Amino acid sequence: MAKVFIYPATSLILSDMVTRFGHTPLGSAIAIRERVQTAGLESAPLQITPEEPKKGLHWAAVEVPSGVRGRMSLYGPMVEECDAAIIINNADLAFGCMGCARTNELLKFLIRQKDMPKLELEYPGNEEEGTQFVAAIKRFLTDLGGKK
Amino acid sequence: MTEYNPANVGTVTRYVVVESYNVTPSDVAIRAYEVAKGVMIKENCFGLVIMGKEEEVDRVIAEVRKMDPAHIFVKDRGFPPGDARRCRASLGGARPGFHGIEFEMGLLPYISHALEELDKRDAATVPAPVRKHSARRLDVYSLKKMIDAQEP
Repeated sequence: MAKVFIYPATSLILSDMVTRFGHTPLGSAIAIRERVQTAGLESAPLQITPEEPKKGLHWAAVEVPSGVRGRMSLYGPMVEECDAAIIINNADLAFGCMGCARTNELLKFLIRQKDMPKLELEYPGNEEEGTQFVAAIKRFLTDLGGKK
Repeated sequence: MTEYNPANVGTVTRYVVVESYNVTPSDVAIRAYEVAKGVMIKENCFGLVIMGKEEEVDRVIAEVRKMDPAHIFVKDRGFPPGDARRCRASLGGARPGFHGIEFEMGLLPYISHALEELDKRDAATVPAPVRKHSARRLDVYSLKKMIDAQEP
Protein backbone atom coordinates (compact mmCIF):
# COMPACT_ATOMS: atom_id res chain seq x y z
CA MET A 1 0.00 0.00 0.00
CA ALA A 2 1.61 3.25 -1.18
CA LYS A 3 1.11 6.72 0.24
CA VAL A 4 -0.20 8.91 -2.54
CA PHE A 5 -0.17 12.70 -2.25
CA ILE A 6 -3.22 14.26 -3.86
CA TYR A 7 -3.45 17.72 -5.37
CA PRO A 8 -5.87 19.54 -4.83
CA ALA A 9 -5.19 18.28 -1.32
CA THR A 10 -8.90 18.48 -0.41
CA SER A 11 -10.16 16.61 -3.48
CA LEU A 12 -13.02 14.20 -2.79
CA ILE A 13 -12.60 12.42 -6.14
CA LEU A 14 -8.86 11.81 -5.76
CA SER A 15 -9.15 10.83 -2.11
CA ASP A 16 -11.85 8.30 -3.01
CA MET A 17 -10.03 6.91 -6.06
CA VAL A 18 -6.80 6.36 -4.10
CA THR A 19 -8.65 4.56 -1.27
CA ARG A 20 -10.81 2.59 -3.72
CA PHE A 21 -7.78 1.26 -5.59
CA GLY A 22 -6.00 0.19 -2.42
CA HIS A 23 -3.66 2.99 -1.34
CA THR A 24 -3.51 5.72 1.29
CA PRO A 25 -4.32 9.28 0.21
CA LEU A 26 -2.32 12.10 1.80
CA GLY A 27 -4.28 15.35 1.84
CA SER A 28 -5.11 18.38 3.98
CA ALA A 29 -7.47 16.48 6.30
CA ILE A 30 -4.65 14.26 7.59
CA ALA A 31 -2.45 17.24 8.53
CA ILE A 32 -5.36 19.19 10.05
CA ARG A 33 -6.53 16.18 12.05
CA GLU A 34 -3.02 15.78 13.49
CA ARG A 35 -3.11 19.40 14.73
CA VAL A 36 -6.71 19.32 15.92
CA GLN A 37 -5.98 16.22 18.00
CA THR A 38 -2.73 17.45 19.56
CA ALA A 39 -2.79 19.22 22.93
CA GLY A 40 -1.09 22.59 23.19
CA LEU A 41 -2.15 26.20 23.09
CA GLU A 42 -5.56 27.21 21.80
CA SER A 43 -5.17 28.59 18.27
CA ALA A 44 -8.57 28.41 16.58
CA PRO A 45 -9.77 27.52 14.05
CA LEU A 46 -7.10 25.23 12.55
CA GLN A 47 -4.69 24.98 15.50
CA ILE A 48 -1.99 26.58 13.36
CA THR A 49 0.39 28.11 15.91
CA PRO A 50 3.22 30.64 15.40
CA GLU A 51 5.52 27.61 15.34
CA GLU A 52 4.21 26.49 11.93
CA PRO A 53 5.77 29.28 9.80
CA LYS A 54 9.07 28.42 11.49
CA LYS A 55 8.70 24.77 10.47
CA GLY A 56 7.81 26.01 6.98
CA LEU A 57 11.33 27.43 6.67
CA HIS A 58 12.38 23.92 5.72
CA TRP A 59 10.63 24.34 2.34
CA ALA A 60 10.45 28.10 1.79
CA ALA A 61 12.93 30.91 2.38
CA VAL A 62 12.55 33.42 5.20
CA GLU A 63 11.46 36.22 2.86
CA VAL A 64 8.52 34.10 1.66
CA PRO A 65 5.30 35.28 3.38
CA SER A 66 4.45 33.48 6.62
CA GLY A 67 1.12 32.38 5.10
CA VAL A 68 2.98 30.27 2.55
CA ARG A 69 5.40 28.91 5.14
CA GLY A 70 2.55 28.07 7.52
CA ARG A 71 0.73 26.16 4.78
CA MET A 72 3.95 24.41 3.79
CA SER A 73 4.31 23.11 7.35
CA LEU A 74 1.10 21.15 6.66
CA TYR A 75 1.94 19.89 3.18
CA GLY A 76 5.76 19.72 3.24
CA PRO A 77 6.04 16.65 5.51
CA MET A 78 3.44 14.83 3.39
CA VAL A 79 5.31 15.58 0.15
CA GLU A 80 8.45 14.14 1.76
CA GLU A 81 6.56 11.11 3.06
CA CYS A 82 4.62 10.22 -0.10
CA ASP A 83 5.60 7.44 -2.53
CA ALA A 84 3.62 8.84 -5.48
CA ALA A 85 1.46 11.82 -6.38
CA ILE A 86 -1.58 12.66 -8.48
CA ILE A 87 -2.03 16.26 -9.61
CA ILE A 88 -5.12 17.76 -11.20
CA ASN A 89 -4.06 20.84 -13.14
CA ASN A 90 -6.27 23.90 -13.64
CA ALA A 91 -8.51 22.89 -10.76
CA ASP A 92 -10.98 25.70 -10.00
CA LEU A 93 -11.39 24.13 -6.61
CA ALA A 94 -7.79 24.99 -5.67
CA PHE A 95 -8.46 28.69 -6.20
CA GLY A 96 -7.76 30.83 -3.18
CA CYS A 97 -5.95 33.87 -1.84
CA MET A 98 -2.35 34.75 -2.77
CA GLY A 99 -1.06 32.59 0.10
CA CYS A 100 -2.94 29.58 -1.30
CA ALA A 101 -1.86 30.35 -4.88
CA ARG A 102 1.84 30.62 -4.02
CA THR A 103 1.69 27.54 -1.79
CA ASN A 104 0.05 25.63 -4.64
CA GLU A 105 2.83 26.67 -7.02
CA LEU A 106 5.53 25.66 -4.55
CA LEU A 107 3.73 22.42 -3.79
CA LYS A 108 3.48 21.44 -7.45
CA PHE A 109 7.13 22.39 -7.94
CA LEU A 110 8.24 20.19 -5.00
CA ILE A 111 6.14 17.26 -6.26
CA ARG A 112 7.60 17.57 -9.78
CA GLN A 113 11.14 17.77 -8.38
CA LYS A 114 10.77 14.61 -6.33
CA ASP A 115 11.87 11.39 -7.98
CA MET A 116 8.66 9.32 -7.71
CA PRO A 117 5.76 8.20 -9.93
CA LYS A 118 3.48 11.13 -10.77
CA LEU A 119 0.27 11.48 -12.71
CA GLU A 120 -0.98 14.80 -14.04
CA LEU A 121 -4.56 15.16 -15.21
CA GLU A 122 -7.35 17.63 -15.70
CA TYR A 123 -10.93 17.36 -14.47
CA PRO A 124 -13.22 15.59 -16.95
CA GLY A 125 -15.89 17.57 -18.80
CA ASN A 126 -18.00 14.68 -20.11
CA GLU A 127 -18.55 10.93 -19.73
CA GLU A 128 -15.85 9.93 -22.20
CA GLU A 129 -13.26 12.13 -20.51
CA GLY A 130 -14.48 10.78 -17.17
CA THR A 131 -13.75 7.21 -18.29
CA GLN A 132 -10.29 8.21 -19.50
CA PHE A 133 -9.68 10.08 -16.23
CA VAL A 134 -10.64 7.15 -14.00
CA ALA A 135 -8.87 4.60 -16.23
CA ALA A 136 -5.65 6.65 -16.08
CA ILE A 137 -5.84 6.81 -12.27
CA LYS A 138 -6.64 3.10 -12.05
CA ARG A 139 -3.69 2.15 -14.29
CA PHE A 140 -1.37 4.44 -12.32
CA LEU A 141 -2.46 3.09 -8.93
CA THR A 142 -2.44 -0.54 -10.11
CA ASP A 143 1.15 -0.08 -11.30
CA LEU A 144 1.99 1.05 -7.76
CA GLY A 145 0.76 -2.30 -6.53
CA GLY A 146 -2.87 -1.58 -5.61
CA LYS A 147 -6.06 -3.59 -6.20
CA LYS A 148 -6.77 -4.89 -9.71
CA MET B 1 -3.24 32.15 25.64
CA THR B 2 -5.57 29.35 26.67
CA GLU B 3 -4.58 25.76 27.01
CA TYR B 4 -6.01 23.47 24.33
CA ASN B 5 -7.20 20.01 25.32
CA PRO B 6 -8.39 18.13 22.24
CA ALA B 7 -11.45 15.91 22.29
CA ASN B 8 -11.82 12.62 20.37
CA VAL B 9 -8.09 11.92 20.23
CA GLY B 10 -7.20 8.80 18.23
CA THR B 11 -10.36 8.88 16.14
CA VAL B 12 -10.82 9.48 12.43
CA THR B 13 -13.65 11.30 10.69
CA ARG B 14 -14.73 10.53 7.14
CA TYR B 15 -17.33 11.95 4.79
CA VAL B 16 -19.53 9.59 2.84
CA VAL B 17 -20.88 11.42 -0.19
CA VAL B 18 -23.92 9.90 -1.89
CA GLU B 19 -24.54 10.75 -5.54
CA SER B 20 -26.97 8.04 -6.51
CA TYR B 21 -30.31 7.63 -8.31
CA ASN B 22 -31.29 4.65 -6.16
CA VAL B 23 -29.95 5.39 -2.71
CA THR B 24 -30.53 8.52 -0.61
CA PRO B 25 -28.38 9.79 2.27
CA SER B 26 -31.10 8.67 4.72
CA ASP B 27 -31.03 5.09 3.31
CA VAL B 28 -27.27 5.08 3.80
CA ALA B 29 -27.65 6.53 7.31
CA ILE B 30 -30.13 3.79 8.29
CA ARG B 31 -27.77 1.08 6.98
CA ALA B 32 -24.84 2.74 8.77
CA TYR B 33 -26.79 2.82 12.08
CA GLU B 34 -27.58 -0.88 11.64
CA VAL B 35 -23.92 -1.83 11.48
CA ALA B 36 -22.48 0.96 13.67
CA LYS B 37 -20.69 -0.25 16.75
CA GLY B 38 -19.68 2.79 18.76
CA VAL B 39 -19.10 5.13 15.81
CA MET B 40 -20.77 8.53 15.65
CA ILE B 41 -22.87 9.04 12.52
CA LYS B 42 -24.25 12.37 11.40
CA GLU B 43 -26.50 12.64 8.37
CA ASN B 44 -26.36 15.73 6.19
CA CYS B 45 -27.66 16.88 2.82
CA PHE B 46 -25.03 15.10 0.71
CA GLY B 47 -24.34 12.01 2.79
CA LEU B 48 -22.87 11.20 6.18
CA VAL B 49 -20.07 12.17 8.51
CA ILE B 50 -18.75 9.16 10.41
CA MET B 51 -16.38 9.40 13.36
CA GLY B 52 -14.79 6.69 15.48
CA LYS B 53 -11.86 4.30 15.68
CA GLU B 54 -10.32 3.85 12.24
CA GLU B 55 -11.08 0.13 11.91
CA GLU B 56 -14.69 0.66 12.96
CA VAL B 57 -15.21 3.60 10.59
CA ASP B 58 -13.66 1.63 7.71
CA ARG B 59 -15.90 -1.34 8.48
CA VAL B 60 -19.06 0.81 8.45
CA ILE B 61 -17.94 2.51 5.22
CA ALA B 62 -17.21 -0.83 3.53
CA GLU B 63 -20.70 -1.96 4.51
CA VAL B 64 -22.54 1.13 3.23
CA ARG B 65 -20.49 1.25 0.04
CA LYS B 66 -21.99 -2.12 -0.92
CA MET B 67 -25.37 -0.36 -1.36
CA ASP B 68 -24.18 1.39 -4.52
CA PRO B 69 -20.40 1.06 -4.95
CA ALA B 70 -20.04 3.31 -7.99
CA HIS B 71 -22.14 6.13 -6.50
CA ILE B 72 -20.86 6.38 -2.93
CA PHE B 73 -17.64 8.31 -2.37
CA VAL B 74 -15.47 8.72 0.71
CA LYS B 75 -13.13 11.46 1.87
CA ASP B 76 -11.18 12.19 5.06
CA ARG B 77 -12.08 15.10 7.30
CA GLY B 78 -9.81 16.80 9.85
CA PHE B 79 -12.47 17.99 12.32
CA PRO B 80 -14.98 15.84 14.21
CA PRO B 81 -18.69 16.23 13.26
CA GLY B 82 -20.37 19.32 14.68
CA ASP B 83 -17.09 20.94 15.78
CA ALA B 84 -17.89 24.58 16.62
CA ARG B 85 -14.83 25.77 14.68
CA ARG B 86 -16.21 24.31 11.45
CA CYS B 87 -19.92 23.63 11.88
CA ARG B 88 -22.12 26.05 9.95
CA ALA B 89 -24.60 26.10 12.84
CA SER B 90 -22.15 28.24 14.79
CA LEU B 91 -20.44 30.03 11.89
CA GLY B 92 -23.32 30.85 9.55
CA GLY B 93 -23.20 30.33 5.79
CA ALA B 94 -21.73 27.29 4.11
CA ARG B 95 -19.10 25.34 6.01
CA PRO B 96 -15.56 26.08 4.77
CA GLY B 97 -14.76 23.20 2.46
CA PHE B 98 -18.33 22.67 1.30
CA HIS B 99 -17.69 24.56 -1.93
CA GLY B 100 -14.95 22.09 -2.85
CA ILE B 101 -17.31 19.15 -2.35
CA GLU B 102 -20.07 21.02 -4.21
CA PHE B 103 -17.75 21.60 -7.18
CA GLU B 104 -16.66 17.96 -7.35
CA MET B 105 -20.21 16.66 -6.85
CA GLY B 106 -21.01 18.15 -10.26
CA LEU B 107 -18.39 15.81 -11.74
CA LEU B 108 -19.34 12.69 -9.79
CA PRO B 109 -21.83 11.41 -12.43
CA TYR B 110 -18.90 11.16 -14.91
CA ILE B 111 -16.81 9.32 -12.32
CA SER B 112 -19.66 6.94 -11.43
CA HIS B 113 -20.26 6.23 -15.13
CA ALA B 114 -16.54 5.53 -15.55
CA LEU B 115 -16.44 3.16 -12.58
CA GLU B 116 -19.37 1.18 -14.01
CA GLU B 117 -17.78 1.19 -17.46
CA LEU B 118 -14.45 -0.05 -16.08
CA ASP B 119 -16.20 -2.94 -14.35
CA LYS B 120 -17.17 -4.16 -17.83
CA ARG B 121 -13.93 -3.42 -19.67
CA ASP B 122 -10.23 -3.38 -18.94
CA ALA B 123 -8.69 0.00 -18.00
CA ALA B 124 -5.74 -0.81 -20.30
CA THR B 125 -8.02 -0.58 -23.35
CA VAL B 126 -9.09 2.98 -22.54
CA PRO B 127 -6.94 5.65 -24.22
CA ALA B 128 -5.00 8.12 -22.08
CA PRO B 129 -6.73 11.45 -21.43
CA VAL B 130 -5.97 14.12 -24.00
CA ARG B 131 -4.17 17.04 -22.44
CA LYS B 132 -6.23 20.13 -22.95
CA HIS B 133 -4.39 23.25 -23.98
CA SER B 134 -4.88 25.86 -21.35
CA ALA B 135 -6.93 28.83 -22.54
CA ARG B 136 -4.83 31.34 -24.46
CA ARG B 137 -3.93 34.34 -22.41
CA LEU B 138 -5.08 37.74 -23.52
CA ASP B 139 -2.33 39.32 -25.60
CA VAL B 140 -1.51 42.99 -25.46
CA TYR B 141 -2.76 43.68 -29.02
CA SER B 142 -6.22 42.26 -28.31
CA LEU B 143 -6.32 44.21 -25.06
CA LYS B 144 -5.46 47.41 -26.94
CA LYS B 145 -8.25 46.68 -29.46
CA MET B 146 -10.73 46.21 -26.62
CA ILE B 147 -9.66 49.45 -24.95
CA ASP B 148 -9.97 51.34 -28.25
CA ALA B 149 -13.39 49.83 -28.87
CA GLN B 150 -14.60 51.12 -25.49
CA GLU B 151 -13.35 54.68 -26.02
CA PRO B 152 -15.26 56.92 -28.44
